[in-house]
Amino acid sequence: MSSTQAALKKPPASKPQKMRSLQRGETLAGLLFVSPMLIGVSVLVLLPIIATVVLGFADWNFVQGWDGIRWIGLQNYEHLLSDSMFLRSLRNNLIFLLTVPVYMLISMVLAILIDRYVYLKGYFKVAYFMPYISNIVAVAVVWQVLFQPSYGPINEMLKALGISDPPKWIADPNYALISIMMISVWISIGFNLIIYIAGLQAIPKDLYEAADIDGANAWVKFRRITLPLLSPTSFFLLVTGIISTFKVFDIIAVMTQGGPIGSTTMMVWYLYDTAFVNLKVGYASSIGVVLFAFVMLITLIQWIAQKKWVNY
Amino acid sequence: MQKRISIHGPKLGLTVVMLAVSILFLLPFFWMLMTSFKIEKDVFVYPIEWIPRQWNAIANYKEVWFGQYPFYLYYWNSIKVSLITTLISCFVSSLAAYGFSKIRFAAGQWLFLIVLATYMIPGQAILVPQFILYRNIGLFDSHLGLILIGSFSVLGTFMLRQFFMGVHQDFIESAKIDGAGHFRIFCSIGLPLVKPAVATYAILRFIWTWNDYQNPLIFLRTDKWFTLPLAMQKFTSMSGEFYSLQMAGAVSAIFPLLLIFIIGQKSVIQGIALGGVKG
Repeated sequence: MSSTQAALKKPPASKPQKMRSLQRGETLAGLLFVSPMLIGVSVLVLLPIIATVVLGFADWNFVQGWDGIRWIGLQNYEHLLSDSMFLRSLRNNLIFLLTVPVYMLISMVLAILIDRYVYLKGYFKVAYFMPYISNIVAVAVVWQVLFQPSYGPINEMLKALGISDPPKWIADPNYALISIMMISVWISIGFNLIIYIAGLQAIPKDLYEAADIDGANAWVKFRRITLPLLSPTSFFLLVTGIISTFKVFDIIAVMTQGGPIGSTTMMVWYLYDTAFVNLKVGYASSIGVVLFAFVMLITLIQWIAQKKWVNY
Repeated sequence: MQKRISIHGPKLGLTVVMLAVSILFLLPFFWMLMTSFKIEKDVFVYPIEWIPRQWNAIANYKEVWFGQYPFYLYYWNSIKVSLITTLISCFVSSLAAYGFSKIRFAAGQWLFLIVLATYMIPGQAILVPQFILYRNIGLFDSHLGLILIGSFSVLGTFMLRQFFMGVHQDFIESAKIDGAGHFRIFCSIGLPLVKPAVATYAILRFIWTWNDYQNPLIFLRTDKWFTLPLAMQKFTSMSGEFYSLQMAGAVSAIFPLLLIFIIGQKSVIQGIALGGVKG
């Protein structure tokens, strides 16, 4: 921008009427700019979420057409409370939460090591990030074969190590969920690692220098500087991690379809199964509302907690 | 001098340890690649043949690319859907981001809050109504429908808005005094200034769309429209016990993204860190 324009920076004095029409022009321009996004979000997100809440009160199979809708009040929700498959999904979702602290801890350790204590940083970032960037369907297929119970490579290795009766992994109801959780940890580390490295790089170096002068050892520096200053990052990862466990779907759909005998069913899988396999739209919508409520609850807790506990 | 060396010793040691750990992350990919080159009966030979004894690479990949589930078609579908979604999404998001940050109008602030609030809504909670809507307006089982689903990104709008807020208001004001309308300012000043951010977001959006499995599963039905992840899953369930073929499919599905990632590594990692820390 040239200096003449800088000199003209102040808008010319004008009558109030002209100002008003200028402001009207701004409003119009603003609305035009945001309208594609606004219309898209309204039609594809806002309208559907309202519909989900409304349909949660209905008993409807959409093969029957619009006339088939029966309004049944809260019956869907009452039914959910005694639906053993739904309760099982909910329980599995809660068990799945355990993956979050596990991969956060591993990622934090790896991030600190990569950021400070090793050579070949670039290589490590790419290596640990590969599972995250890869197509989850392809990854799931690969693990399915690796976990193959009778002659898959993992069990062959375990047998070679002297374990005569290795678990059947995703084919065994007792091990299926934990197998999926392990794969989920393996996938999630890359993302968490990258965020932790970004968090570490934002910590001012002079804090460590000051600690060095005071003779602090590595553990004290970690405990008193790194950990507290990473707390916003950890908190962010905890919240997004918890929310993402409520959305787990792809890996279940590809690897186990909720089985064997319901051992890996989770909320979104059950919603999908109810809506698109059993075509119970109303019931599926009530599951959708429960899912929405969980995510909203976590977000609200985040808002409140962020103000109280996180060090900035 | 003494101290220098004693610092480097542990660093080297840790690097070796980390290399060993990183094998855990790479080995499944290596196994996948090598298995995709094998003949079927060698897949589960133990001890594991890390380098195939008998190569069947050409036949395997030919079957995957031009067989009953022709991957070339799904590649084309995926490229088309991902590219167009990325283009539209970047355009819509940067328009909105500019509108929400650089144009002062009263409704702007609370409209932005509404848009931001929808970020809380999990995609799966609205699948059923979206499905019903699509069935009724004829967008079901079409690429257009799939593209529209991915085109209105709150995250993208939020990310780009952060960047537009960093563009000094003086640039906008002086251009306005020169008689430029907002659209011209947006095209000739706004976009060029936030180009790196748009590029980063574009790469992320492309990767997310390319990897998306759930939306194609719900909104597509006809084989010939399938995108890669959905086709990969159907192919796997069809090819049952042919694990070498499944691995060839998996390699084909992973490879292009890996390429994008390795080329755009800096942007991707930066974008994730940024979108993460701020979003």
